[in-house]
Amino acid sequence: MYTASDLKKGLRLKIDNEPYIITEFNFVKPGKGQALYRSKLKNMITGSQFERSFRSVDTFEPADLREKKMQYLYKEGDKYCFMDNESFEQIYLTEAQVGDSKNFLIDNIEAEILLFEDRPIGISLPNFVDLIVTEAEPWAKGDTVSGATKPVKVQTGYTIQVPTFVGEGEKIRIDTRTGDYLTRVKG
Amino acid sequence: MARKTQALSLRAVLIQNIRQFFIQHHFLEIETPLRIPSPAPEEHIEAIPSGAWFLQTSPELCMKRLLAAGYPRIFQISKCFREAERGSKHLSEFTMLEWYVAQFDYYQLMEQCEAMLITALKDMGHTQDIIWQNNKINLASPWERISVADTFSKYAPINLQEALHQDRFDEILVEYIEPRLGIDRPTFIYDYPAKLAALAKIKKSDPNVAERFELYIGGLELANGFSELTDAREQRQRFEEALELRAAKNWACYAMPEKFLTALEHLPPCAGIALGIDRLAMILSNADKIDDVVAFTPETL
Repeated sequence: MYTASDLKKGLRLKIDNEPYIITEFNFVKPGKGQALYRSKLKNMITGSQFERSFRSVDTFEPADLREKKMQYLYKEGDKYCFMDNESFEQIYLTEAQVGDSKNFLIDNIEAEILLFEDRPIGISLPNFVDLIVTEAEPWAKGDTVSGATKPVKVQTGYTIQVPTFVGEGEKIRIDTRTGDYLTRVKG
Repeated sequence: MARKTQALSLRAVLIQNIRQFFIQHHFLEIETPLRIPSPAPEEHIEAIPSGAWFLQTSPELCMKRLLAAGYPRIFQISKCFREAERGSKHLSEFTMLEWYVAQFDYYQLMEQCEAMLITALKDMGHTQDIIWQNNKINLASPWERISVADTFSKYAPINLQEALHQDRFDEILVEYIEPRLGIDRPTFIYDYPAKLAALAKIKKSDPNVAERFELYIGGLELANGFSELTDAREQRQRFEEALELRAAKNWACYAMPEKFLTALEHLPPCAGIALGIDRLAMILSNADKIDDVVAFTPETL
């Protein structure tokens, strides 16, 4: 059990059977009065937020959150299949649960699946992924305006702005945290 | 870094101006020990131990002993220490200005506090108003005065009696009331419920009310003052109640401050006030964090 003195930004708690993360936190104490811990909490599943003042006598349940390393296998309809490399257990995540990560999923990419009491609620990928450009307009020689970019499509169907010299069939490195182009990669 | 330099300069000038006011008004500046055998037992304030003794949470006990010994007007700017009080407006070690005036009551003290701050701020260029965190606070006298009960009626979803009954006074004060105090002009809230009297005298004409006030500027709690309790028996009883409430939550037990209680017998009618210098510096330099107005925080040491 956590006590009020454990409260801080980033702490994950279980409230009403759902996992919450503290997004903002401030200690307040009117002069001769009791200490209050004003917190903003975000539901880790729905994203909804609320504010509450806790007292020093309050206790909190930690949220049972675990991360499991799993490998992405394939997409079936609108479900994404992941496999645990050790137990070979397979689980399916919905498009909502996968979120923006769906733009970077390629066969066998390793993901950290966030589980709340064995329910998958989130996913995080490696910071960088290398994807092949599947559709791009060709670069016209002489078109050297610096800073110019063009949109291309990569193998996952994701559209991304890249420098104009990037061509179809080339492999590019993307930052999965921002969705931005980093560099071309060989091989 | 430049911002901190400016804040520290403003702070230094502020303290000099405050000193000037008290010297001109015939106050004696005194220093009392920071390390004392027993702090004033209070329900919610935890003293930091120093060997077998404690660091003061406030110079109140020593200052009242001096008043009782015949010093009628005294002030002190000193460090106070409170365990586990750290936040954007709190530091475990902070600077407090306290002053005590014999033959004053809390109304007169409010007026003097107002006059002192207006003078000190005017000397720093704030003649009309001061801007803090997007609030333009008009400094013209008189400042707002509103009773605690009225603040609840005006700003809170439940009234004062209900709040006390449900043990939600602090929570409601912090959530609904404080953010509305001292916004257009500084606000004194006064006549706290007797239950929250701390070391203040109970009003003769109304036993439910203590002669205690607090000053807010821009929603920030700045000062706490009272007509001082001079009844030693009542003070001992309040200390005993505080010690019981502390024991109930396993907080440290303090020795009863016997020498203070003895001195209380000779305390003339008087009023005293404690004002947070760091908080006042925050207002002067438009800082939203107390970290911005001190040279070092515990984390940077």
